[in-house]
Amino acid sequence: MHYDKKRKHTITTKNEVTYMEKRAVVSVVGKDQVGIIAKVTTIISDNDVNILDISQTILEGFFTMIMLIEIKDPSSLETLQKKFQPLEQELGLKINIQLEDVFQAMHRV
Amino acid sequence: MPIAFTEIQETIRMVEMEHLDIRTVTMGISLRDCADHDFEKVKQKVYEKITSYAKDLQSTANQVAKEYGVPIINKRIAISPAAELLGNATKEQAIELAETLDKAAQALEVDFIGGFSALVHKGISKGEQILLDALPEALSKTERVCSSISIATTRTGINMDAVAQMGQIIHQTAELTKDNNSIGCAKLVVFCNPVEDNPFMAGAFHGAGEGEAVLSVGVSGPGVVLNALKRYPDADLGEVSDVIKKTAFKITRAGEIIGRVVAERLNVPFGIMDLSLAPTNAQNDSVAEILEEIGLERVGTHGTIAALALMNDAVKKGGAMASSYVGGLSGAFIPVSEDNGMIRGIEDGALSLSKLEAMTCVCSVGLDMIALEGNASPETLSAIIADEAAIGMINKKTTAVRVIPVVGKEEGETVEFGGLLGRAPIIGVNPFSSEKLIKRGGRVPAPLQSLIN
Repeated sequence: MHYDKKRKHTITTKNEVTYMEKRAVVSVVGKDQVGIIAKVTTIISDNDVNILDISQTILEGFFTMIMLIEIKDPSSLETLQKKFQPLEQELGLKINIQLEDVFQAMHRV
Repeated sequence: MPIAFTEIQETIRMVEMEHLDIRTVTMGISLRDCADHDFEKVKQKVYEKITSYAKDLQSTANQVAKEYGVPIINKRIAISPAAELLGNATKEQAIELAETLDKAAQALEVDFIGGFSALVHKGISKGEQILLDALPEALSKTERVCSSISIATTRTGINMDAVAQMGQIIHQTAELTKDNNSIGCAKLVVFCNPVEDNPFMAGAFHGAGEGEAVLSVGVSGPGVVLNALKRYPDADLGEVSDVIKKTAFKITRAGEIIGRVVAERLNVPFGIMDLSLAPTNAQNDSVAEILEEIGLERVGTHGTIAALALMNDAVKKGGAMASSYVGGLSGAFIPVSEDNGMIRGIEDGALSLSKLEAMTCVCSVGLDMIALEGNASPETLSAIIADEAAIGMINKKTTAVRVIPVVGKEEGETVEFGGLLGRAPIIGVNPFSSEKLIKRGGRVPAPLQSLIN
C-alpha cells in the first residue's frame, strides 16, 4: 500500500468537491468462521468497487481483515457501509470503512 | 511508505475502544457588519448571517466524520463579542439579542453558540455594561447561548470593578436558574488572558483579530493517552512524556486532516487546532485517571501538580509538531463535573478547591465546572475569580473561572447537571470574608515582566 500525492481531491466550484480515485480502508473484525472473505468481497465486487490489497490474520482468536479499496465517489462509502449491515449482523462482524488519508496523517510524518 | 496492518488496527482501536474523537468543529463568524441604528434590524441581520454562514456546518461535519471514520461530537458557533453590537441598546434589547442567538443555534441544531461576550479587562464601555447587566436574565432565558467575560490580562492587570460585578452576576444567574440546579452559571466563563480562537465552549468567541469566518477544531482523547500509558507501567518519566507526545501527535494529525476537509467543503479558511485533552464522563475518558496512571493513588494528592505539568507540556510538544497552526487553549482541561476521576478525587477527600487552583498554574485553563455551596456570597465568588486572574496574569497564561454556586445545596451533596455537563460533588468555600478586598474596587496594576522570581 502506498500513498500517491496526485490522488488528492480537487475543488472545482464552490462547495462542490470532485473526488478522483480516493482510497479507503475496509476493516473487518469478528469471530473466525467459514466464508467471511467470500461474503465481504462479494458485496464489494457487486458494488463495482476495485480491491487493491488484502491482508488477513487471526489475532487473539479474532478474524481480522484489512482491505484497501479504490473508490470514485465518497458517497459510495456510505452505500457500501449500508450494504455491509446485514452481513455484520448475520456473522457478528464489525466492518468499518474509512478514507485512507486519516491513516497516512496519523502514522506518517 | 506503506501503512502497516498494526497501524490501521491502532487507529481503529483508538476510535472504537478509546474514545478518540474530534470534540468540536467551531465556526467563528464576525458580526461586526450587523451593526445598525435600528435594533430590530441588528437582530435580523445577526440571525440571517449566522444561519446562512453555518447552514451546512452540521451536515458537512457529519458527512466528513462518516467518510473518515472518526466521530465529530460537537458542531458549534463562535461570534464576535456581542457587546460590540450593543453600543446604544437597552438591557431588554441585549436580552432579545441573546434570544436571537439562541434561535439561530436552534435552527442550525448546534448545541452551543459562544460569544455573548465582553472584553472589560481594563475598562467597561457603555455596550459592555449593558451586556453585563443583561447577563443573568440572558443566561436564564436561553439554552444554548454561552458567555465569556475577560476581566484581566497580563498587559493590563485585573479590572477589580469588573471582578466585583462578576461575583454578583454569577450569584444572580444561579438564583434565576435555581430550579434547574443553577445551570445558567455553566454557560458563563470569566477569563484572564482569553484567547481569540478557542473552539471550546463555554469560552469560545470570535476575536477582534480574526477574519470574516473561520473554522477551528478541538480534538480530544484522554482515553487514548490513558490506554497508551497503561502499556508502559514501568517507564520512567522521560519515557512517559514521550508516550504522551507520540499519542498527542497522532490525535492532532487526525484532527487536523478532518478539520481541513470540513473547512474546505464549507469554503471557510481553516483556523487553528486546539489540542486540548478534554475529558468526558465516558468510562476511561478522564484526565484525572491519566494523572493516576502516571503514579498517584488519587488525583489531588501530593505530586498532582508535577504529574499534570509533565502531561500538559508533553501534550503541547506532541501537538505542536503535528500541526502548523496550533492555537486555542491547547493543553489539558480539568473540569470537575465532566471527569469521573476528578469527581472521585473530591468524593474521597483527596482533591480540594485549593489544589484545583494550584493545578491551574500548570494546565491550560482554570477552575472549570466546579459546583460550590449555594450560599457562597457574591464577594467570595469575586475573590475566587480574582485569585484565578492573578495566577493567569502573573504567569502569562489563560486562566478562567466557571463555577456554579448551586442554590439550596451544601457541601457534601451532589448535583446532577445531565448530559455533557455531568455531575459534581458540592465543594465548600472558605467561611472567612473577602468583602473588603472586593469593595475597594479599582484595578490591580499590570505586573512587571522582569525580576520574575
